[in-house]
Amino acid sequence: MDLLFSLALQILYGIANLALISLGLAIVFGMMRVINLAHGEFLMLGGYTVVVATNNGVNLWFAMLVLAPLVVGLIGLIVERCLIQWLYGRMIDTLLATWGLSLLFIGIITSIFGASTSTVISPPLGTVTIGEYTSSGYELFLIFVVIILLALVYLTLKFTSLGLVARATMQNSDMSACLGISTSKIYMVTFSLGAAVSGLAGGLLVPITGVLPNIGVIYIAKAFITVISGGSAILAGTTSASVLLGGVNGIMSYITGPTFGEVALLFAAIILLRLMPTGITGRFFRKSQ
Amino acid sequence: MARREVVVETRNLSMHFGGVRAVDNVDFELREKELRCLIGPNGAGKSTFFKCLTGQLRPTSGDVVIRDIIMTGRESHEIASLGVGIKTQVPNLFDGLTAVENLWLSSRRWHGDRRANTLVKETIDRLELGEIRSSIVGSLAHGQRQMVELGMVVAAEPWLVLLDEPAAGMTEEETFKTAELVREINKTSALIVVEHDMNFIRAISDIVTLFHQGSIFMEDKMDVISADPNAREIYLGHKT
Amino acid sequence: MRLYGTFNGTLVIAGFAILFTLIAPSIFQFFTIITLTQVIGLSILALSLALVWGFGGILCFGQSAFFGIGAYAYSVAAVNIGGSTGSIFIAILAAAVFAAILGYFVFYGKVSDVYLAVITLTVSLILYSLMRRTSGPEYKIGNALLGGFNGTGSAPLNMPGDGSAMLFPMQTFYVSMAILVIAYVFTGWLVTTKFGRVCVSIRENEVRTELLGYDTRLYKLCLFSISAGIAGLGGVLFCVGVTRVTPDVFSLGQSALAIIWVIVGGRMTLIGPILATFVLYFLTSSLGSQQILNANLVLGIILVVFVLLVPNGVVPTIMNWFERRRTKRYERQKERRMKLRKHRAIG
Repeated sequence: MDLLFSLALQILYGIANLALISLGLAIVFGMMRVINLAHGEFLMLGGYTVVVATNNGVNLWFAMLVLAPLVVGLIGLIVERCLIQWLYGRMIDTLLATWGLSLLFIGIITSIFGASTSTVISPPLGTVTIGEYTSSGYELFLIFVVIILLALVYLTLKFTSLGLVARATMQNSDMSACLGISTSKIYMVTFSLGAAVSGLAGGLLVPITGVLPNIGVIYIAKAFITVISGGSAILAGTTSASVLLGGVNGIMSYITGPTFGEVALLFAAIILLRLMPTGITGRFFRKSQ
Repeated sequence: MARREVVVETRNLSMHFGGVRAVDNVDFELREKELRCLIGPNGAGKSTFFKCLTGQLRPTSGDVVIRDIIMTGRESHEIASLGVGIKTQVPNLFDGLTAVENLWLSSRRWHGDRRANTLVKETIDRLELGEIRSSIVGSLAHGQRQMVELGMVVAAEPWLVLLDEPAAGMTEEETFKTAELVREINKTSALIVVEHDMNFIRAISDIVTLFHQGSIFMEDKMDVISADPNAREIYLGHKT
Repeated sequence: MRLYGTFNGTLVIAGFAILFTLIAPSIFQFFTIITLTQVIGLSILALSLALVWGFGGILCFGQSAFFGIGAYAYSVAAVNIGGSTGSIFIAILAAAVFAAILGYFVFYGKVSDVYLAVITLTVSLILYSLMRRTSGPEYKIGNALLGGFNGTGSAPLNMPGDGSAMLFPMQTFYVSMAILVIAYVFTGWLVTTKFGRVCVSIRENEVRTELLGYDTRLYKLCLFSISAGIAGLGGVLFCVGVTRVTPDVFSLGQSALAIIWVIVGGRMTLIGPILATFVLYFLTSSLGSQQILNANLVLGIILVVFVLLVPNGVVPTIMNWFERRRTKRYERQKERRMKLRKHRAIG
């Protein structure tokens, strides 16, 4: 019984982790059909913000919850204005340019901080015991954070005027423009928000995964697969895909180990896409693209 | 005169998009070397019906039968492989290639290199595309592009031709040429033409099928349909 | 007479390549020759990507997956069957078959090809992390230890039929150049065939190609597999030069480089990416030896700049420039002739 509970928590954390690293990408993707391959680097930059801040005496929680999203959100804003906005509608070019951006970020961070970090931040909040098994309190905390974050996004989209405008632009940008909505401004805000969410995610994950210049590489692969499998609905898609793929990953990792758990995730995604080419929730890439 | 065999048939064909019944239980028949026009106001379902025939849409229910083979829901290339030439509503061409290359790809599907080249030459002469043969298709005017696409259809020597709005955006002269071409194609092939241009339809057609709200409202000669008050209401929205 | 883009042009370039092969040993140092063999392998990777992406329109971020599979398959096979000739074929086959299976799921699954771009990258990364964990003695195929992150040894090429007669580095260089020329000519020929033309048409408008009666899924699958086989061949040459293959062949950096070579060289050409590989390799080598600029940084900047400013790549841009000059000159001559005619008519 305890084992089951502990295992369930582990799997739940895996799902939450997947949702956390994917949400920022889903927001940008769902809204603007832009695949930002530098998304993993946004996560990485959030992590480095936390590391640098805490090394300079800033409180960990402040660094993770306030500083990281702010800094990376700002970086996202600059990226959107300087690069992304010239490439709207050119999907392949956006892919390539953001990949170049990703390499750029990795290069810059490596030049400044070196290829590895000596800073290790141990997870706060200690451990939680369930019978004979202990779970990390921080992981539990993260599960709650993800739930709150998803709820926040949902509420914003559904009940605020910003959310309404955003949804309108997402469904029909031309029409929104006719109604006087500055789609350029919406995209700018959306991209920055997506970046901020990514920065937050990266910062929150530092105590668990540490941070290296090329940690974004693993993030982007998983996040992309999750977002594509989820489909065009930002929340429903990310949530359902995270549950499915994270669940498979978690179960397989428990049975066979982490490496094959990741292979299982990829296989599950490929099969999912074979059965539902437009993702779980809707129409992303139709053949006519 | 013996009745010619039925070459295209739909039975209870339906295409639903959510709650919208774009095509609603349509029974349709086309005979050997027959030319049929599909007409109807916007949203009547003719283009959707057309796409069910070409394999671009998978019908919700019902069957599409071509020469006694059930082709419902099959891929476009399988239908084209039966010898069916298809021209879509929005011109589908190889914009980055020349007109000759476009035609060559069509005829090369059915013949070896030499015969394909000959066919391409013949088609270019027939459709008077000589001046634009080496032009990149993407740079041509709309009417010329439609002509090139017709050329692609013709170069494959199909026994059944499906045309969706072949006269759209054409000048009067080009429309005239297209009508002549269609009549000529009809000597050897059956045709289904979706069109709006009334003069064009009168110039080419025998029997016309009038679509309305996803079903076939009337099927008769063009004169009969134009005289019918209910048909006029469908098109003009009021009884005259 | 226009040579650009024709098969005759391909043959002319092949001629230059053969010339280069004969001259090279007298120009370059011995160590450079060994490095060149590696770079030849990399340029074949670029060639394979130019084929599948430039001509087929199928973007593949993880082409290096097939490159690496070829390298590993060769190394494992060479240990087990004791000869290089058969191992090369096994390597090509392994890469092509793997691609065929992957391609089947994507192309026949009506999934957009954009997925393929990232799925191949993910496959490459998974292979990277998988191969890095194969350090123990229990990880082996036949007699070949996989070796984890240190990689495994790759037997040098030997005379066909005689497993013990190893080729010297200079001979390996000749063989590698020969293989490059053959691969280049083969690819150049392939795009002129009906198969190649149909693949180009699929790139231009897949719907129209289907409407003409071509099974585009099959064509894409075949092109994808062929290019994977070529990439695998590149992998073989890459590892025999230094007699070693490591999981780095699957790394993100390797995947990124392949894309960069093709973009910089010009993805609508076959020779552009090959040349770009050589130029960029030696450029980054000299950059890598100095510590001022990080290699990733430079590559990232190059990629961004090229996507924004020179999307067609270097070779086509240069060719276009020449074309425009030629047409301008032609137009000027035409104008002059017209003016002369007018003068004569009036006077």
